[in-house]
Amino acid sequence: MSILSLDDLRAIRNREEKELKKRDIHGRSVHVVVGMGTSGISAGAKVVLNTLADEIEAAGLDKVILTQTGSLAPVAEPVVEVFSKEAGLVVYGDVSKADAVRIVKEHLVAGKILEDKRVEVKED
Amino acid sequence: MGFKNYILVCGGTGCESSRADQIYRSLIEEAKNQGVAEQVQVIKTGCFGFCEQGPIVKILPEDSFYVQVKPEDAKELISEHVVKGREVTRLLYNKEERKPYEEVEDIQFYKKQLRIVLRNCGSIDPENINEYIAADGYKALEKVLFEMTPENVIDELKVAGLRGRGGAGFPTWMKWNFTKQAEGDVKYVVCNADEGDPGAYMDRSTLEGDPHSVLEAMTICGYAIGAHQGFIYIRAEYPLAIHRLEVAMAQAREYGLLGKNILGSGFDYDIEIRLGAGAFVCGEETALLQSIEGKRGMPLPRPPFPASKGLWGKPTVINNVETWANIPVIITKGGEWFSQIGTQDSHGTKVFALTGKICNSGLVEVPMGTTLREIVYDIGGGIAKGKNFKAVQTGGPSGGVITEENLDTPIDFGGLQRIGSMMGSGGMIVMDNDDCIVDVAKFYLNFTVDESCGKCAPCRIGGKSLMNILEKITDGKGTPEDIDQIEKIALAMRKGSLCALGQTAPNPVLSSLKYFPEEYKSHIEDKSCPSGKCKKLIKYEIDTAKCIGCTACSRKCPVGAISGEVKKPHKIDQAVCIKCGVCKSTCKFSAIDIK
Ligand SMILES: Cc1cc2nc3c(=O)[nH]c(=O)nc-3n(C[C@H](O)[C@H](O)[C@H](O)COP(=O)(O)O)c2cc1C
Ligand code: SF4
Ligand code: SF4
Ligand code: FES
Repeated sequence: MSILSLDDLRAIRNREEKELKKRDIHGRSVHVVVGMGTSGISAGAKVVLNTLADEIEAAGLDKVILTQTGSLAPVAEPVVEVFSKEAGLVVYGDVSKADAVRIVKEHLVAGKILEDKRVEVKED
Repeated sequence: MGFKNYILVCGGTGCESSRADQIYRSLIEEAKNQGVAEQVQVIKTGCFGFCEQGPIVKILPEDSFYVQVKPEDAKELISEHVVKGREVTRLLYNKEERKPYEEVEDIQFYKKQLRIVLRNCGSIDPENINEYIAADGYKALEKVLFEMTPENVIDELKVAGLRGRGGAGFPTWMKWNFTKQAEGDVKYVVCNADEGDPGAYMDRSTLEGDPHSVLEAMTICGYAIGAHQGFIYIRAEYPLAIHRLEVAMAQAREYGLLGKNILGSGFDYDIEIRLGAGAFVCGEETALLQSIEGKRGMPLPRPPFPASKGLWGKPTVINNVETWANIPVIITKGGEWFSQIGTQDSHGTKVFALTGKICNSGLVEVPMGTTLREIVYDIGGGIAKGKNFKAVQTGGPSGGVITEENLDTPIDFGGLQRIGSMMGSGGMIVMDNDDCIVDVAKFYLNFTVDESCGKCAPCRIGGKSLMNILEKITDGKGTPEDIDQIEKIALAMRKGSLCALGQTAPNPVLSSLKYFPEEYKSHIEDKSCPSGKCKKLIKYEIDTAKCIGCTACSRKCPVGAISGEVKKPHKIDQAVCIKCGVCKSTCKFSAIDIK
């Protein structure tokens, strides 16, 4: 790297800022968790996880964190949980790749819960 | 897509000394072995502040805060957390289940903290300039070079009301302004990274965790006062900080952020490192400048102040590491923003190194005006081992003790002075009832006596005489007249010493005398040490009613001072006993008392 100009410095900042933001979890208000237990994976959870990740990135949702966990609520897999301050916990069961796209477009972007995919989880 | 997980491993001196570097390498190795190398980024950061619980590993985005991690744990962290997405509960600091919104910052230790100086410590890789740039680094330099005049820069610091964090709290803008206005075309900028206070390590951590913030600030100063050369004076005992500074300086030069024609602005500036041998007095600004010049580090009379005649006789700005680290943020966010934080008297935050008898020791940064109670009980988690709070020493060997009655005093420059202590550089040592106040005063005084450069008599002779009196008192040979004598000598030292080392050396003695007169009285009049610390004033005795004659103590005593038959009460021969205390901690029946 040779001596920078002001524009070079700004270009580096713009590029690197995006990377650093991914590590910044402050102020993230929505948390999406995908169940990636053995049974989840065999039911297609990996595809769901990747789809969610791509769609979240494409929609530029930097307030959303996506994580995975072992097993979640005992409902039809793949399972996706969405926590938000407003709606609390919403669990979706039997999520397909197309459903994953809908979760991002409808729930995360438009704020509308996908009632047809929602499952009730009994608290015990 | 980016990485699935980001693993931040603490690379501060505290954690590194408990093998954090090996943890870092093992994590990378394991990620490779388990086929997830592309999914994780392992980053070595600066100190998280929670050194007590180190080595620290934080995994994002789950924000899992792992403590006391060992290199052997790397395998499980990768296989469980990264591969299976399950937290490794046994290593979590907070083992209770977290709600999805709870962040690490919500745990007690971090809740009341506000990190401005330490903003990047524990979140970026200090050896990668790109990460600093991404975290708004060098934005302030950009702004200064292309949008501000030198006067604007100084005005911004004035609005901010930043005061020096090296001890005295002198307004930074004034120092810069004097130096800018001083005659002469060659001027210098110096960073004081000598940090000699016992127990203090905030400057070291700042340099280790965020070296570019200091480089950026020093460059800004060069522009504001018209200097083209800066020096960082750092003690050779800080090898990691020196290494990180060297890496940072090389990267900054490569990027044209140091050197000729910075960012094409036409401004030239560079920085060099100068190593100190670790003498406390070399932290005093005039002694420090002498030492950079290659002379013996001894203080000079002031005036002239460095602002008019400093390094090689040229006008020089000298500021402390923490002072520097505040400056880039003040420029980017504005002086107005900074002035809203803290108290009327002191704006911004202060970093303290909290140590001693406290549950959560570590590095804490709080807004000025936070009370000591909040620091000790809320952040520090209270006194360790359920003991009782006795006092806190602030300001190191120049400061004094703060007692229960002043726990609610808001901490700022003025507040601490009013209660007979001082801010100093930010060491904060917590004492419990097992600490003898005379012994603590003796410890600090011994430090300053050792570190005195010997140039002037009040400090050299006064310090030694004070030390003799304290020794007399802890040996049980004190007299009531000693107290008057202490006050007389202290006054002479305060008035007659050349530099603040000698002027403030009596402070720990005077302040402990003020707040704990009865403890001095016990030593002098009753020849007893209430906390059982002063060996000459205590006796170990066996309570014959409690002793069952198990012989455990007599077998452990290193000098064979304990005699007695099996199943019969034992006895200590006071003429032989060296008061090591082994017998007391050995006895299962609490039969041994300190008298
Ligand atoms: C004996 C003695 C030791 C000192 N040690 C330090 C030190 O280690 N670090 C420091 O920044 N200032 C130290 N100072 C204060 C410096 O003289 C000076 O005031 C300070 O570096 C100015 O920077 P500031 O305005 O940013 O606080 C010491 C002063 C004395 C008298
Ligand atoms: S006060 Fe002490 S340390 Fe300072 S110049 Fe005098 S002898 Fe040296
Ligand atoms: S205090 Fe130490 S030396 Fe004295 S009797 Fe006990 S074990 Fe022996
Ligand atoms: S050195 Fe690791 S937390 Fe301080």
